[in-house]
Amino acid sequence: MAVRAQFENSNEVGVFSRLTNSYAIVAVGGSENFYSVFESELQDIIPICHATIAGTRIVGRLTVGNKNGLLVPTTTTDQELQHLRNTLPDSVKIQRIEERLSALGNVICCNDHVAIVHPDLERETEEIIADVLGVEVFRQTVADNVLTGSYMALSNQGGIVHPKTSVRDQDELSSLLQVPLVAGSVNRGSAVVGAGMVVNDWLAITGLDTTATELSVVESVFRLGEMAPGGQGAGVNKESIVESFY
Amino acid sequence: MSMDLDAPVYMTGMQQDEPIIATILCCNCGAPIDGTTSAGALCHDCVRLTIDVSQGIQREATLHMCRDCERWLQPPNSWVVANLESKELLAICLRKLTGLNKVRIIDASFIWTEPHSRRVKVKITIQQEAFEGTIVQQTFEVVFVVANQQCTDCQTSFTHHAFRATIQLRQKVPHKRTFLYLEQLILKNGAHKDTLNIKEVKDGLDFYYAHRNQAEKMLDFLCSVAPCRYTKSSTLISQDTHSGTKSYKFSFSVELVPIVKDDLVALPIKLARQIGNISPLAICHRVGTAVNVMDPQTLQTAEVPTGTYWRSPFRSLADVTELKEFIVMDIEPVGKSNGRYHLAEATVARASDLGSNDKTYFTRTHLGAILHVGDSVLGYHLTDTNFNDPNFDAIESSNQYRDAIPDVVLIKKHYARKKKPKNRAWRLRRMAREHEEEALAAGSGAAQSRKQEQEQERLEADFEMFLRDVEEDQELRSTLDLYKNRNKVQQPVGDEMMDEDSDSDDEVPKINMDELLDDFDELNMNDQ
Repeated sequence: MAVRAQFENSNEVGVFSRLTNSYAIVAVGGSENFYSVFESELQDIIPICHATIAGTRIVGRLTVGNKNGLLVPTTTTDQELQHLRNTLPDSVKIQRIEERLSALGNVICCNDHVAIVHPDLERETEEIIADVLGVEVFRQTVADNVLTGSYMALSNQGGIVHPKTSVRDQDELSSLLQVPLVAGSVNRGSAVVGAGMVVNDWLAITGLDTTATELSVVESVFRLGEMAPGGQGAGVNKESIVESFY
Repeated sequence: MSMDLDAPVYMTGMQQDEPIIATILCCNCGAPIDGTTSAGALCHDCVRLTIDVSQGIQREATLHMCRDCERWLQPPNSWVVANLESKELLAICLRKLTGLNKVRIIDASFIWTEPHSRRVKVKITIQQEAFEGTIVQQTFEVVFVVANQQCTDCQTSFTHHAFRATIQLRQKVPHKRTFLYLEQLILKNGAHKDTLNIKEVKDGLDFYYAHRNQAEKMLDFLCSVAPCRYTKSSTLISQDTHSGTKSYKFSFSVELVPIVKDDLVALPIKLARQIGNISPLAICHRVGTAVNVMDPQTLQTAEVPTGTYWRSPFRSLADVTELKEFIVMDIEPVGKSNGRYHLAEATVARASDLGSNDKTYFTRTHLGAILHVGDSVLGYHLTDTNFNDPNFDAIESSNQYRDAIPDVVLIKKHYARKKKPKNRAWRLRRMAREHEEEALAAGSGAAQSRKQEQEQERLEADFEMFLRDVEEDQELRSTLDLYKNRNKVQQPVGDEMMDEDSDSDDEVPKINMDELLDDFDELNMNDQ
């Protein structure tokens, strides 16, 4: 299922939210409209957390996570960290990391198995990513852009990369990730697909400007039509379904 | 998108050697396209339909033109001369458009419009980067409406009493020949360029200027070409007691020496002795910055400088209107010469006396070089005339000069010509002048129109006399600009020859065509 939404007149929903298979983080906005889009799609399935990171609303760009864990930058306050620990499931490991490139959402792109990271990321960070998120880490660029998290949207089913990515780069990335990739855009031609949308295995939320063509590309590459959270009956943990795929 | 646009030309994707592989779908229409070369995930057609790089550039603007001087306003406040479809006008047009500085102008040209339509159409081609690495080129038309606005210079010249300085040029003589000559000098030297207005008044001209220095420049010009004296006066117009600034209106009253060429003058005897002991009864043979007089009996010349003249002024004894026609009965050169003048002893008879009596007069003349027996000559008939002049009375009563007064003073050769020769091969430029307003305003009815008619006739006669002078006097001619008369030039040569034979005025001096200038002001399409 793919849904269009807007955060306070901004189409960049990936900036203001983070969506994984086991939780969602939504920025605290002036109104609850954005939150209610998440709520209507995810209520009773996964916890949705209202949060700020370092007092800002750009939670999607500052954090990175998957079903196993969540990484927050060093600027995150203790209070915010405690709030996240209280809200998110206990199975999710939360770690604050010391990293010069503090916008973790921009420099790291991951699903539950693999992460593509900025080539200049520190060694320790790479290790923490592997430990906390339980993923294999690759230093790679997307269409010659180092900000992998901005120019790539990834789930366990597939991924969208920057529209200018060549076929050869797509093949290379696809072989690393072991998921089908497609080049595409969101929000009527915007190349920053990572910031323009959030996606997990059964739901994608894109900016309100996204055209029908773009939405159909999103739905097909992330296989959203086939993967309904309630498809196997409500209350069944998605984990098992996802696991069975591989 | 409006209809007057050319479709934008899509500029990326220069190398197309490899076969195109579609990697993305156009975000607008879903067409498969190559994402690596596309412009912001849009296909060519969608770029063409959705991108308008000329957005924010006006499609209609107003140009301001001064109707009187045909200059264009270049904001904020300069006025420039530019023809239609000239590059200067194009520069003004492009500067008028806001938003053009944000794009790159590739080409701009005029689209022809009817000059009377008061519309100027400009076709502009621009380029702008629409997306990262994508340049879009687009052509569009801008229509300029030409609006009238009077320029500041014209405003000043059309407003009454806007002048700051005025020159009142006067010559107290009954004819206008000096002014006709001055007009030609002014035209030749372009001395009238700064004048706001030139008004014809009784006995002279008034020149109006916006600034005092312009008037002073004109004053210097007048003093360098004509014998004159001037007085200056100023009127206080306004005064600022706080800053101490005052504004004045300046008037220069310029008076020309009332002696013209070919006048007979009786010099005060004291003056005549001072300037070389010349005989006091002389003729004025030239007026430059000083008055040059000559005794026709001895060919002695003298110069009366302007300053000297105004210390002991004298008036002309007789002017050209009093010239009588004489016939040369006998002429004998004496052998003395002074420049182009040759002294001769002549016996002449009045042309009107021929056939009625045998009265002849003996005189000495400076025209020995050009007079022959049987020629017609103009001169002053002194024995026939009663002069009312104190200087002449002094000469008559002086023992020394009493006997030297001749019966006749010959002035110039007379050429028989038609009353009004219409077909001169040359012409002079004229200056537009405003006639005295008071003359037009005052009086009414038939009396007024008759007076005007007489005035007009007198003016025409003066002009004709001036033209003859130009024809006869090489020295005078060299200071003027003469132009070819277009109508005359176009006549077949054969006809002209026959005319001259039949009219029998072939003796009349003609001006060589080489001396004439082409008048470029009046070139038009028919002349090609």
